[in-house]
Amino acid sequence: MTEEIIIAGFGGQGVLSMGQILCYGGVMQGKEVSWMPSYGPEMRGGTANCTAIISNQQISSPVLTEFDTAIVLNQPSLDKFEEAVKPGGLLIYEVNGMTRKPERTDISIFSIPAYDMSVKMNNTKVFNMIVIGGFLKVRPVIELENVIKGLEKVLPERYHHLIKLNEEAIHKGMDIVKEESAAV
Amino acid sequence: MKDLRLMKGNEAMAEAAIRAGADAYFGYPITPQSEVIEYLMRENPAERTGMQVLQAESEVAAINMVYGAAGCGKRAMTTSSSPGVSLMAEGLSYIAGAELPCLVVNVVRGGPGLGTIQPSQSDYFQAVKGGGHGDYKLIVLAPATVQESVDYVKLGFELAFKYRNPVMILSDGIIGQMMEKVELFEQQPRLTEEFSWATVGKKPDRDSVIVTSLQLQSEEQEKVNLRLQAKYREVEKNEVRFESYECDDAEYLFVAFGSCARITRKAMEMARGKGIRVGLLRPQTVYPFPYDAINKLAGQVKGILSVEMNAGQMVEDVRLAVNGKTTVKHFGRFGGMIPSPAEILNALEQKIIGG
Amino acid sequence: MAENNIISPENLVYEKTSVLTDRVLHYCPGCGHGTAHRMLAEVVDELGIQGDTIGVAPVGCSVLAYYYFDVDMQEAAHGRAPAVATGIKRTMPEKYVFTYQGDGDLAAIGTAETLHACNRGENFLIVFINNGIYGMTGGQMAPTTLPGMKSSTSPYGRDVVTMGNPLKMTELVAELPGTCFVTRQSVHTPANARKTKRALKKAMEYQKQNKGTCFVEIVSNCPSGWKMTPAESNKWMEENMFPYYPLGDIKVPS
Repeated sequence: MTEEIIIAGFGGQGVLSMGQILCYGGVMQGKEVSWMPSYGPEMRGGTANCTAIISNQQISSPVLTEFDTAIVLNQPSLDKFEEAVKPGGLLIYEVNGMTRKPERTDISIFSIPAYDMSVKMNNTKVFNMIVIGGFLKVRPVIELENVIKGLEKVLPERYHHLIKLNEEAIHKGMDIVKEESAAV
Repeated sequence: MKDLRLMKGNEAMAEAAIRAGADAYFGYPITPQSEVIEYLMRENPAERTGMQVLQAESEVAAINMVYGAAGCGKRAMTTSSSPGVSLMAEGLSYIAGAELPCLVVNVVRGGPGLGTIQPSQSDYFQAVKGGGHGDYKLIVLAPATVQESVDYVKLGFELAFKYRNPVMILSDGIIGQMMEKVELFEQQPRLTEEFSWATVGKKPDRDSVIVTSLQLQSEEQEKVNLRLQAKYREVEKNEVRFESYECDDAEYLFVAFGSCARITRKAMEMARGKGIRVGLLRPQTVYPFPYDAINKLAGQVKGILSVEMNAGQMVEDVRLAVNGKTTVKHFGRFGGMIPSPAEILNALEQKIIGG
Repeated sequence: MAENNIISPENLVYEKTSVLTDRVLHYCPGCGHGTAHRMLAEVVDELGIQGDTIGVAPVGCSVLAYYYFDVDMQEAAHGRAPAVATGIKRTMPEKYVFTYQGDGDLAAIGTAETLHACNRGENFLIVFINNGIYGMTGGQMAPTTLPGMKSSTSPYGRDVVTMGNPLKMTELVAELPGTCFVTRQSVHTPANARKTKRALKKAMEYQKQNKGTCFVEIVSNCPSGWKMTPAESNKWMEENMFPYYPLGDIKVPS
């Protein structure tokens, strides 16, 4: 099993930490992982993206040009990475702020209104955890229990009381992710 | 129990420095490696181990602080990226000339000039052919993973003190910025030994120690050079490190180092999937270079492609190794661009198999 | 008194300190370096810190200072002595560390290293020999060369419009909160040499108390570079250098 994922969106949407959380979960599950951010001017408020790879085998290249899954959280990211999904692959997009829908027919496409849900939950900070939930529903590459274990490891102890909220957000994401079209 | 973590290459090297029992770090921020000094400042190693960390006013000052500490027989290091390493060339030459041990990390970015902050391997020549003035060599380790970045910090200090020579870790923006699973080695004690060549305060029973690279008499300076050359021959005899993948039945060969070797490995897997029998040799030390291993394979394969994130630097060493036995070509992307596995496979097919 | 009486031990009033080696100095006749070396070596001797002192030599006339001081020493690249000394002192904080630098080393190529070491308040002593000229390379203009002063690269005299003004490093570093003791002295008369020695001794004592950077400028002569006899050069120094670089303490610890 190898899952090669690109996660892209605005700086501040928690794009980079989503990749890290998935990788931490992978480590907890005994998988090989690699996380590679875009860095540079992007770090300062523009678009940001990271590549996360989770695999049963040793990972060769940490830098990729095509992906099994693209998680896109804004319009520029959809424009940039829709084409980079391998045929038969998966694209998940955040509904809010998109001016057009994905157009490919050879990949499966899911939408997730994660921003609206985070507002409903009165905490926009859990936005990225909702998206992770949606992804894990469609591609259960890591067990939820290991994602939580990863969070415990990555969060300083003083934030551990927030883990419950994050877990709840993941469940919400799993509930609201919606198939738009299957690969033809 | 294994100390397993998910860490960025730069941060992992910083943690490794503390654990390797380093006495001092002197550095100046530059992208893409500023996480090293940021991590060290956050960790406050002065409290953990007594290690001193100082943000210098420039790379020029940083490398000379390393010189001062190394001259006292301390485990001293600095890290920088390409433009900063150019500024350190003077200090490195003096350190090599005075035969002091130290560790320097270059997290390479694209050049020339201010260039780009994206990853590159265009400092290969600078690293393995000297870089500063005079006949000297750095021992150059080229990690391809975060794990190797960590292990090479420890190994780097060991080699530096074994040969009393500066050691460079030639990393790049990919390995510095990426996160991987890494197993950290246990905390090593800091040095307590007082070396006979170090300035630690004159003892009544010995002459004063002078750390210098200056010999006004040419005869004496030639002797220094002969001693250095003899040392480099020892290094070349003892310290060559490389890994080879699927070379036993290979008809063709990739040679690549560092992060580029990983991308090339993916290209190798794709090629094997198409029935092309290609192997990969990855130098882990680029000085000393694995000339013999490549020469041996040159007799077996129909062609060699040197894959680099530069305009063709290591390929010159590959050609020296091959010595005309088979075709050698170069494929590279540069200026911060990263080759894709598909591009590399295509280059193999066009330049070597079809060429 | 017969000559053999003069050299008998009971008549000995002054001798070379053992902190100077027996090597013959390479400095030109009449140059101030020899006296400056001696004052510093005597201080190290009198404080009993020979085994705890580490020096840093510059690039310039005193590049070979490590042959004369019988203490452990490191040779720095041109201008980098304060950085090298920082590396030493940070890892060997219990040692007495000094740099010995000329005007080209300290005030031209090494200005950044000097200012930043002083600004950080590194706990070492900087001895700054200012003779307004590059002696070793054959009499070129220094950053401290006086207006109108001739050198091989200002053969018609230093024109401050095109060549800039003499740099008063000592006044500059006195402004920095990191420095604790900043003074300007000379060694051209026995009285001045004694004053310099007292300053150097104070500096080493402050270093022991970790008070910050001590900076001792010694305005000196360069008979060869100035193309004068030693006596003429001392007179010229008094008449021309001292008005621009006045002697005395600039900053003393409270």
